[in-house]
Amino acid sequence: MSEKKVISGAEGVAIAVKLCKPKVLPMYPITPSTLVPEKLSEFVFNGEIDAQMIHVESEHSAISALYGAYATGVRAFTATASQGLALMHEIIPIVSGARFPAVMFVANRALSGPLNIWNDHSDSMSERDQGWIQLYCESNQEAFDTIIMAYKIAESKKVLLPVMVCADGFYLTHAYEPIQIEEQKKVDKFLPKYEPVDYLDTNNPKSFGAFAQPNTYMEFKEEEEKAMREALKEIIKVNKDFEKTFGRKYGNGLIEGINLSGAEHAILCVGSVCGTVREVIKELKKEGKKVGLIKLKSVRPLPVEDLKMLCKDLKVLGVIDRHASIGFGGALTNDIRSALMDEEVRVEGFIAGLGGRDINKEKIRELVETILKEKEGYWLK
Amino acid sequence: MKQVLFLGRGGQGAVTSAQVLAIAAFKDGKYSQAFPNFGVERMGAPVRSYARIDTKEITLREQVYEANYAIILDPTLVNQLTEKVTDLIIVNSNKKPSELGLKTDAKVKCVDITSIALKVIGKPFVNIAAIGAFSALTKEVSISAISEAIRQQMGHKGNMVEKNIDAIREVSNLAKQEE
Repeated sequence: MSEKKVISGAEGVAIAVKLCKPKVLPMYPITPSTLVPEKLSEFVFNGEIDAQMIHVESEHSAISALYGAYATGVRAFTATASQGLALMHEIIPIVSGARFPAVMFVANRALSGPLNIWNDHSDSMSERDQGWIQLYCESNQEAFDTIIMAYKIAESKKVLLPVMVCADGFYLTHAYEPIQIEEQKKVDKFLPKYEPVDYLDTNNPKSFGAFAQPNTYMEFKEEEEKAMREALKEIIKVNKDFEKTFGRKYGNGLIEGINLSGAEHAILCVGSVCGTVREVIKELKKEGKKVGLIKLKSVRPLPVEDLKMLCKDLKVLGVIDRHASIGFGGALTNDIRSALMDEEVRVEGFIAGLGGRDINKEKIRELVETILKEKEGYWLK
Repeated sequence: MKQVLFLGRGGQGAVTSAQVLAIAAFKDGKYSQAFPNFGVERMGAPVRSYARIDTKEITLREQVYEANYAIILDPTLVNQLTEKVTDLIIVNSNKKPSELGLKTDAKVKCVDITSIALKVIGKPFVNIAAIGAFSALTKEVSISAISEAIRQQMGHKGNMVEKNIDAIREVSNLAKQEE
């Protein structure tokens, strides 16, 4: 039955996963993603989900088992964070290279060292070049909804790429807020039964994880790039379908412009900080200052054309990076600047919120003052 | 929007307090949010958790820097309250507010929650019972919604559910006398 409940973000994610009916759950808990496997484990124990949970010995094994599950032709799921995702690094491009439509939840957390369990985006941003779609979430409702959308996007025959659903550790995973929990029947209708393209079958032997020599390897990678371009269209389509079925949408699925009409200055960011920026923008409006927000949901594929459209009247765009590409600014800023290279808008990058440092209203106001004065970006500590 | 801060010691359950309050406020028809001050919780160390209650959807994600209400579960922590509190501070204490040495412009109320917890629950579990005092002194959340919230959040804890609900009622009655 559909109901709205105040629960933690992590529990919301686990319920969304349950509704998508995966068959294999290879799990290795790590803070702040731990509540997800904990809840899924309860669901398996209670018989609420017909899935095999595998208590693997590391994250490297978790993603290897995820690959193995997809090779047998079933839907599967795993969740991780921080060093757990880093340990998966070796296998991450193998899943996308095999074109398995896997879904993984990343509870964004800083990378060590120094050891830090708190939130930033250094874990998932470091994996953005591996052929996985990356969708970031602002709220727990969005995390719940994005899990369901992710399977549909990944499994589209035009896409067949895995999806990382990224939500800020603690800020979302440990926050309790109302989540509309959808009923199984509706989810089943939105997300049909999984039909694998290829799987291991003794009656029809095929080679998986084959060797690609210099004469073919590039074509495999080019196919992934083409699939990413298809994903741009598919994400928009799935977002529309989602709205039709459940009554909620997230911009056009890739990106959303807020309060941009008439604004010459705007902030671009991803994840939960968008919510705090929304508040600041409302306050500024009352003070007679017009500042817009561009909420980027899809970091990969990057919706360059939509971004250009949203920025066409802007003079300065301040980008919040919750990750530093040490040695060359912020990865997100670099991407956005490169996407807007031929446009009028000037892009300024602000590295903020590393290792759990709160990006509060005061800091966002400081950023706004900087872009209004058209000064350069900096480490917003 | 009302911002609520719980200050307790690791193991006292301040994180659960904020969660139960957020669930209860939602059951009363309001929007709510609860989250811990993101830290590594250690037994006995000061722990903060927060709740926000509003009639509109809450999108704010920053930590709470200025609270309308603070609830201090352990009276030895009064000096640890560094955030500004504007309306009311509730302290679990058998002393008088003037004896606590709290420097604040907010109203201060002392409610001896530990004694009631020992009597009703049999153990010094004050984290849930404290919401009874909050309900009585602020009217921000109803006792019936708190009871429902406890059933949702602590349903697996057997007879502790009803004991906590009884404790909430007693604490609420005691707090009303403080008013």
